[in-house]
Amino acid sequence: MPPPDLHLDEKSASFWQDAWHRLRKNRLAMFGLVVVAVLALLCGLAGPICGHIIGFSYEQQNLALGPVGPNHVHWLGTDRMGRDMLARLLYGGRISLMVGLLATVVSLFIGVTYGAVSGFAGGNVDMVLMRCVDILYALPFTIFVILLMVFFGQNIILLFVAIGAVQWLTMARIVRGQVMAIKQQEFVEAARALGLRRRRILFRHILPNLLGPIIVYATLTVPEVMLLEAFLSFLGLGVQPPHSSWGVLIKEGAEMMEESPWMLIYPAAAMALTLFSLNFLGDGLRDALDTRGSKE
Amino acid sequence: MNDLPKSAPPLLRVQNLKTHFPVETGFLVKRSAGSVKAVDGVSFELGQGEILGLVGESGCGKSTLGRTILQLIRPTEGDVLFAGCSLANLDGGPLRQARASFQMIFQDPYATLNPRMTVFDMLSEAILAHRAVPGSELPARVNTLLQKVGLPPRTRGKYPHEFSGGQRQRLAIARAVAVEPRLIVADEPVSALDVSIQAQIINLLARVSREMGLALIFISHDLSVVHYISDRIAVMYLGRIVEIGPASRVFEHPLHPYTQALISAIPIPDPIREAQRKRVLPPGDPPSPLNPPSGCPFHPRCPHAQDRCAREVPSLEPFRNPNHLASCLRTKEINSRETISH
Amino acid sequence: MPLLTVNHLRMSFQTRAGTARAVQDVSFQIERGETLGLVGESGSGKSVTCYSIMGLLPRPQARIEGGQAIFDGADLLALPPRELNRYRGRRISMIFQDPMTSLNPYSRIETQLMEPLLIHEKITRAAARRRALDMLSAVGLPDPSARARMYPHEFSGGMRQRVMIAMALITKPDLLIADEPTTALDVTVQAQILELMKRMRQELGMAILLISHDLGVVSGFCDRVMVMYAGRVMESARTADLFYNTRHPYTRALQKSTPALQVKGRELYTIAGAPPDLLQPLPGCPFAPRCEFAIEACARAEAIPVEVAPGHDSACLRVQKENLPL
Repeated sequence: MPPPDLHLDEKSASFWQDAWHRLRKNRLAMFGLVVVAVLALLCGLAGPICGHIIGFSYEQQNLALGPVGPNHVHWLGTDRMGRDMLARLLYGGRISLMVGLLATVVSLFIGVTYGAVSGFAGGNVDMVLMRCVDILYALPFTIFVILLMVFFGQNIILLFVAIGAVQWLTMARIVRGQVMAIKQQEFVEAARALGLRRRRILFRHILPNLLGPIIVYATLTVPEVMLLEAFLSFLGLGVQPPHSSWGVLIKEGAEMMEESPWMLIYPAAAMALTLFSLNFLGDGLRDALDTRGSKE
Repeated sequence: MNDLPKSAPPLLRVQNLKTHFPVETGFLVKRSAGSVKAVDGVSFELGQGEILGLVGESGCGKSTLGRTILQLIRPTEGDVLFAGCSLANLDGGPLRQARASFQMIFQDPYATLNPRMTVFDMLSEAILAHRAVPGSELPARVNTLLQKVGLPPRTRGKYPHEFSGGQRQRLAIARAVAVEPRLIVADEPVSALDVSIQAQIINLLARVSREMGLALIFISHDLSVVHYISDRIAVMYLGRIVEIGPASRVFEHPLHPYTQALISAIPIPDPIREAQRKRVLPPGDPPSPLNPPSGCPFHPRCPHAQDRCAREVPSLEPFRNPNHLASCLRTKEINSRETISH
Repeated sequence: MPLLTVNHLRMSFQTRAGTARAVQDVSFQIERGETLGLVGESGSGKSVTCYSIMGLLPRPQARIEGGQAIFDGADLLALPPRELNRYRGRRISMIFQDPMTSLNPYSRIETQLMEPLLIHEKITRAAARRRALDMLSAVGLPDPSARARMYPHEFSGGMRQRVMIAMALITKPDLLIADEPTTALDVTVQAQILELMKRMRQELGMAILLISHDLGVVSGFCDRVMVMYAGRVMESARTADLFYNTRHPYTRALQKSTPALQVKGRELYTIAGAPPDLLQPLPGCPFAPRCEFAIEACARAEAIPVEVAPGHDSACLRVQKENLPL
C-alpha cells in the first residue's frame, strides 16, 4: 500500500550531517575554517614553537640589535626593543584569539539566556526586558569599557568580561527574535496541541532549532570582539606589556610605520586574515544551517 | 452516512462560542478600537465518529473556530463541552491532560514537523505524551503507526526534510493519531498539496476515522472535497454558521443564499455544464470581521435581501428536514422552488 | 498565421543538487483571440514555459536550451532584452498568482496603472490618467477616482487581482498570460474574476494563455486545453474533446482524482506515487511509473504528442498505436 515514492531508500542524514555536507561545498567557508584552525594551532603552540623552532621568546630583548627587517635569524624581523616579531606575533595571536573566544562565550551565556527568556515569555516580561536592552544599547560602549578598565584595573580577565558584557546585547536581541519566530512555527503549535509540557517544548522543540542561528552569530561575533580588543589596545587600554596582542603590535607598528614597516605589516595582515576567515566561515555556516531549503 | 440515535450523548457540544480579538490603537497609551469578531456565536454538536465539514471563505473564522474548540486559542465567550466536560474552564495541567482526547492537523506540511527530530523521536514523543509506555514497546508502536498511515517502517530514522509534502502530512496524521484521540480537527489538511496527492490524504483521513471511530472536523474552503468526506456540512460566514445539515442535502439543496452562491461558484470540470450554468455571484468582497454589518451578516451582498434583513439577526432554523438548518429570515420564500442549477 | 507558435522549447534549472530539466520539448500554438488552458500539477513546467516566453527567468540558474517562441513573426527567445521590452507589457502582458505580492506596495494604484502606458505609448500624463480611470471602472472597481489614489494594501485580494488585470490590459495587448490568477482567491471571488476576464476578452479580443491546476476552471473558460506533466505535453485538444473524449491516461487520472466528480462514500480514485524528480533523467514517458496502462515500451520510447484525432494530440504511445479505451 505505500505509494512507490521518493528517495526514501537513501541513507538518512541528520540536520548536522546535512549542514556539514553543505559547508564542505562552500570553498570560501572551508578556506576560512582551515585558516582559523591553522592559526589557532600555531598560536596555541606558541610556547613550543618559540622554544624549539624559532629559538626566541617573545620577551627576549636585544636592545643592541634594535628593529631590523626580516632575515635568517629573525624571520619576521624585530621590533624596537629587538624582540622577535614572529614570537610576538604568535603570543599576541594567542591573546587576541583567546579574548575573542572568551568574550564571545560570555556574551553567549548572558545573551542567549536573556533573549530566550524574553522571547519565550512574551508579553509584558518581554517588553520590559527588551526596553532594558534598548536603554543599555544607548550607552556609549567605549566610555563604559574605559570606565571599567579605569576603575577595576587593567586585568586581562576583566577585559574579556567587559567586552562580553557589552556584546551580549546584540546576542540577546537576535536570540529573542529567533525564539519568537520559532514559537510561531506550526510544529511548536502542534507540540502544544499534543499536550506537551512547556519545559519540553522549550528544550526539545525551540532550543534545538535555535542552535543554528546561535552558532552563526557566535562565529560572527568573534571577529567583532577581536576588533574591539584591538581598538582598545590601540588606545592603550587593553592588553598591557609584557603581554601583547595583535592590537598592541599594530599600535607599535603604526608608530614605527615609516622606518620599520614590517612591524605593522605582519600583525595587520594576521589580523585581517583572521577576520576575513571568521567572516567567511560565519557566512558559510549561515548558508549551511539554513533550514529554509527544505522544500525540495 | 449515519443518523445517530438521539439518545447517544454528543461527543462535542459547542455552545455559543465567541472568539474576539481586541484591536488596540495608540502609541503609548493603548486604546481599544473595537475587536475582530472572528467567531461570533457558534453552536453545534458532533457525535462519536461523525465527520463534520466546516466550509467558508477567507475571513469567515473557520480556522479560528477549529483552534478555539481545541483551546489553542481561548474563547472570549461560550463553552466547549467535550464528552460532557467543559473545556473553557480548564487550565494548565488538566487542560494539558485533556488534550489526549483531541488533536489537530495543520495546513502547511512543510512547517508542521520539527526539522530536528527524527520520525521515531517525534512519534515516540506523541505516544508518551499522555501515557507511560515501556521503551521496549516503542519501536513496535511506531511501526504500527507508520503502517497505518501508509509509510514504510524503515523510514522511522529519517528527518522531515527527506519527505515530500504528502508524506509529511501522513506523518502529521500519524502523530495526531498516536495519542489515541477521539476527535481530530483538520485545518485545510490538503490545501497545500497537489490534486493527485490530495486524494491520497483524504482517503487516509476517511479510513483512519472509520477504523478508529474518530470524530473529524474537516475545515476547508473547497466544498467539493468537504462534500465528499463529510457526514454533515456547516457553512460559515463572518464568524457564524449560516447553514448546517447532512452533506448531500446542503450540497444539492442549499437553503442559505450564501451557500447557494458558494456552490454556484464552484468550477466543474465539465465544459457543457459549465457553459450552461447560471451563476449567482455575490457582488464585492466579504466585509471585514472588524466591522460586521448589522442584522444578517450577509445582507449587503445578498440577492434576496429585504429591509428587515438589516435589522434582525437570523438564527439557525430547520427547513423541511429537522437536521438541515439555515440562518436566514427568508428561507421559506427563497427555497419554495428548486432554484439552484449545478 | 497563429499569434504565438512555440516550437520544441527546452529549458532547465541549475540547482545545488544538479540540473532540473523543467521543460522538455514543448510545442503549441495560440491563434488570435483564442484561449488556451495550460493544466498541470507542480513540477509540470506549465508556469516555467510561460516565464521562458516572457524572458522572466532568473538568468544564471535558468537556461533555455533550445526552441523558439515566435510571436507575430519574431522569435522572442532570440531577441535582445531591449527588443523584448517592446513586446512585454505592450503586446504580451502577464498576470500572476499572488495578488498580495504582485503590486508594488510603495506606489499608488494610478501610478502603477499609468506606467505601462507611459512607457509604451506616446501619451500625456493626463491622458494616461484618464485611461487608467476608465480601465479601473471597466474591471468593475467602484469609485475609480478615489481608488486610483490608494495604495495596494488598502485593497482586498480580489480587488488587487482586478487591478492587475487592469494593468495588464491597459495597453490592449494581443496576448494575456495568466499564471494561476485565481488560485489564491476565494471561490466566489475566483468566479467573479473569471467572469471579468471573459468580459474583457469579449471587449478587447485578446488571446489568453491561462495556466491552472484546476480542471474546473479551464473547462469553463478555455477554447483549447493542453495538459503537461514533468515538462512535457501529454495531451492537447479542444476543451470539450479533452473532457469527453480523453486520450491520455494522465488526463484521465486527473479527472478521476477530482473530488467534484466522485461519488460520495467510495474511496477517492488516487494516482499512485508522486510527481517525478526532475533532477533525474526520465527515459521514455515520464508518467509511465504511475500509469495503469503502462507497458514495457512506454519506458523506452520518448513521449511525443501526435495527432490522434482532428485537432487532438496525445503523447501516449498506446493511444497512438492502438485504440486504448480510457
